[in-house]
Amino acid sequence: MLAAFSSVILFAGFFAPYDFAAQDRDTPFAPPTTLHFVDAGGSLHIRPFVYDPRDSASTSPNAEAASEQSYALHWFVRGTSYKIAGLIPSRTHLFGVEKPARIFLMGSDAYGRDQFSRFLYGGQISLLAGLIAAILSVSLGILVGGIAGYYGGWLDGILMRGGELFLALPWLYLLFAARAALPLHISQWQVFLLLISVMGVIGWARPARLIRGVALSAKERNFVLAARGFGASDAYLLRRHVLPQTYAVLLTQITLLVPQYVLAEVTLTFLGLGVGEPMPSWGALLTSLQQYSVLSSYWWMFLPALLLIPLFVVFYAVADALQELHKSVPL
Amino acid sequence: MGKVRLWRACLVFIAIFCACSATRARPQKSSEDRMIAGAATGHAGGRLVVALRSEPKTLNPALALDEPSRDVIRCLTADLIHINRGSLKTEPSLAQSWSVSRDGRQYTLQLRRGVRFSDGQPFNADDVIFSFQVYLDEKVDSSQRDLLVVGGKPINAVKVDDYTVRFELAQPYAAAERLFDSIAILPRHLLQNTYQTGSFSQAWTLSMPPNQFAGLGPFRLKEYVAGQRVVLERNPYYWKADRAGNQLPYLNEVVFLFVPSEDAQVIRFQSGDTDVLSRFSAENFAVLQRQQSQKGYHLDDLGAGLEYNFLFFNLNDPGPNVPLEVAKKQAWFQDLRFRQAVSVAIDREGIVRLVYSGRATPIWDQVTPGNKLWLDANIAQPPRSLDRARELLKSAGFSWRNDDSLVDPRGDHVEFSILTSSSNAQRTKIATIIQDDLTQLGMTVQVVPLEFRAMVDRLLNTHNYEAAVMGLVSGDADPTSEMNVWLSNGETHLWHPRQEKPATPWESEMDRLMQQQLVTLDYSKRKKLYDRVQEIVAEELPVICLVSPNILVGAANHVGNFRPAILVPYALWNIEELYVQ
Repeated sequence: MLAAFSSVILFAGFFAPYDFAAQDRDTPFAPPTTLHFVDAGGSLHIRPFVYDPRDSASTSPNAEAASEQSYALHWFVRGTSYKIAGLIPSRTHLFGVEKPARIFLMGSDAYGRDQFSRFLYGGQISLLAGLIAAILSVSLGILVGGIAGYYGGWLDGILMRGGELFLALPWLYLLFAARAALPLHISQWQVFLLLISVMGVIGWARPARLIRGVALSAKERNFVLAARGFGASDAYLLRRHVLPQTYAVLLTQITLLVPQYVLAEVTLTFLGLGVGEPMPSWGALLTSLQQYSVLSSYWWMFLPALLLIPLFVVFYAVADALQELHKSVPL
Repeated sequence: MGKVRLWRACLVFIAIFCACSATRARPQKSSEDRMIAGAATGHAGGRLVVALRSEPKTLNPALALDEPSRDVIRCLTADLIHINRGSLKTEPSLAQSWSVSRDGRQYTLQLRRGVRFSDGQPFNADDVIFSFQVYLDEKVDSSQRDLLVVGGKPINAVKVDDYTVRFELAQPYAAAERLFDSIAILPRHLLQNTYQTGSFSQAWTLSMPPNQFAGLGPFRLKEYVAGQRVVLERNPYYWKADRAGNQLPYLNEVVFLFVPSEDAQVIRFQSGDTDVLSRFSAENFAVLQRQQSQKGYHLDDLGAGLEYNFLFFNLNDPGPNVPLEVAKKQAWFQDLRFRQAVSVAIDREGIVRLVYSGRATPIWDQVTPGNKLWLDANIAQPPRSLDRARELLKSAGFSWRNDDSLVDPRGDHVEFSILTSSSNAQRTKIATIIQDDLTQLGMTVQVVPLEFRAMVDRLLNTHNYEAAVMGLVSGDADPTSEMNVWLSNGETHLWHPRQEKPATPWESEMDRLMQQQLVTLDYSKRKKLYDRVQEIVAEELPVICLVSPNILVGAANHVGNFRPAILVPYALWNIEELYVQ
């Protein structure tokens, strides 16, 4: 399920009917488009169809005179160009409706942009952010935790106290300060990747502790001691014997950290530290909910938040499964 | 609020009559010298609850800069000549009448007799002389000092007798009586000592006991609870009466609550906690409108106000502060055709629809449709056209790469950032729409919301920016309130402030026109001069004017005599006449 979801996100351009930045200034805050199967005359259509959201939009001056013109849903339509996985250019979209009608599966936002398309594209950024930060954290964790656990003694003491210091840092304020210090001319992407890397770097302490524990117990194992007896070097022992034992822990850690960092991205963007307009991210999709008027008027703006819940549940389920597996693996 | 307020007062008779102008106040000669207000007769008693965005910083009229302080001070004090917010004309206030010398340089004011401060002490010419001494003292550093300096010299106030004061100006000044609006008269008997001992800047903070405060306004200070509210009570010595001869104000109490955000204020108003609401967005207007009939309040859309929002580029001389990167881009910004292309590419109608839910007007120069007396109807309003924009860019030597991205004659991609104030959601939205419009021309635009003060520092001091979206609100409808913006040596001449001499021929023409209208007394001549200023703004586009939002207000149905206006403070300007039905 996670794989299916991830591939939808990866091929967002194909699944999304519109570009994430395409504005339709006639349909701000259009509610989710209803797919109809039965027309006004009562006859059934196999191919679902929609009505033009413009006709029902409150801003339309001639809402009264709305002609109930229907537009059929088509599969594999040609639309705006995009790049599959950022490489192969294409123009084919999974579905779409004839112009001038529009299909907003999750409604539209304040600029008349399709929330569904933005959710898919936003996923690319948010998941990428989670992945980068998690990998950064864990690799720093391996380095520090492995060394601390393997060598022990005063080195262990310094590294672990340092880790605790990092845990105690008020990282949110640090990020605010970091953002304020950045020049204006950096592109939003760079700012964002920078912030995420900073977060990943700050977050090494927890995985480092876990890995230290594993390394600590691993180095006392008989086969490690035996290898040492045969004259193996520290680097060889670490690489060949100690770190491979942390592998299962690492995998679990990453699956736990990814949703955590995705959520961190959501928080950061919500607070105005993430990607800027018009780039979508899951956090950016939720920022409009800060406004009372949006909160009280447009329920579909909550949909991205609701969709995140099952995603996180799946992530944690995978982490759980990995942990089970790890227990059953004989060391 | 994220707006620069221009506290330069103004001139000339304005003939805008609102529907409510029948209730315009009129002076009347009665034995007690009371002023008779013209509004419908109400009932005495009751209280009004209003929310302020933050705690007032001070109650000292000479030092107050923030909006909440001014809102409270307005209820506590009175001026000599007042601009009626309903009619936009000047009307007698503490000065019962006034005359102007033929050369327009001497104003003689007859003061109202028998008027008392809110502590019962009498008011006379000494208080007026003392007040102007304070406002003009450079050591006090009052923000009003600026506007009381005419032709480079401070206005000279001379006491003729106990109830006559003569003001002498260094040069004629178009309808100088508008200058007196909002210059609160201070009680000499309470403040002279602190002023002479040099501690005036510490006088009248919120923490002082209420009995040390006295003013000539309809209310006086009763209580201040830090972090929660300021309570004002009825001033029993107030000098206005209604048509039936009842002394004003009607209300016993006015309570100012501190409610920090707009959304919170809207919710408090919606639930009936507060009685009057102003300064809120069109989205919240729509939310409130839906429940208007069930809940006991009503909303008013007063149409275009005086606020104008605009986009402008950094046209400063490249100095040591302007980074090289910005200086390189200034070659584009300096090119009029580039600015014209940007202007014609912006979808003003789209901004009105998406940002203000239709409650705004597109504009092409700085005078808004709300300012009917000074609006130049002949300003061209070119409709949005991307083709026209492309033509202009082509004629300026720009071209497009294969991927449709725009490059300048040197082959550099056109890319810049637009600053907005992060506290103003509307302006950030405007910038986002502009970003999308300009992307269609092949430009790359970034929107950078910054904290308001950090933004202003970049705009006016360090000049480290490329473009910005801002808005200005004049304190008055008269062009004199905008001197600081249009004079090339002005502090808020945003695109290139504080020039030693005008950098361009059109800026020097604008300087000449603005100076000339200042000393011209005839309205139609002044109008011609200011029309030309508007033409220059529309042609040379130092600022690309975009929209003017409507003034939106709301009041509980039980508030009587509620007559909102398009001038600050929109809702509470006639607070002495408000009553509870």
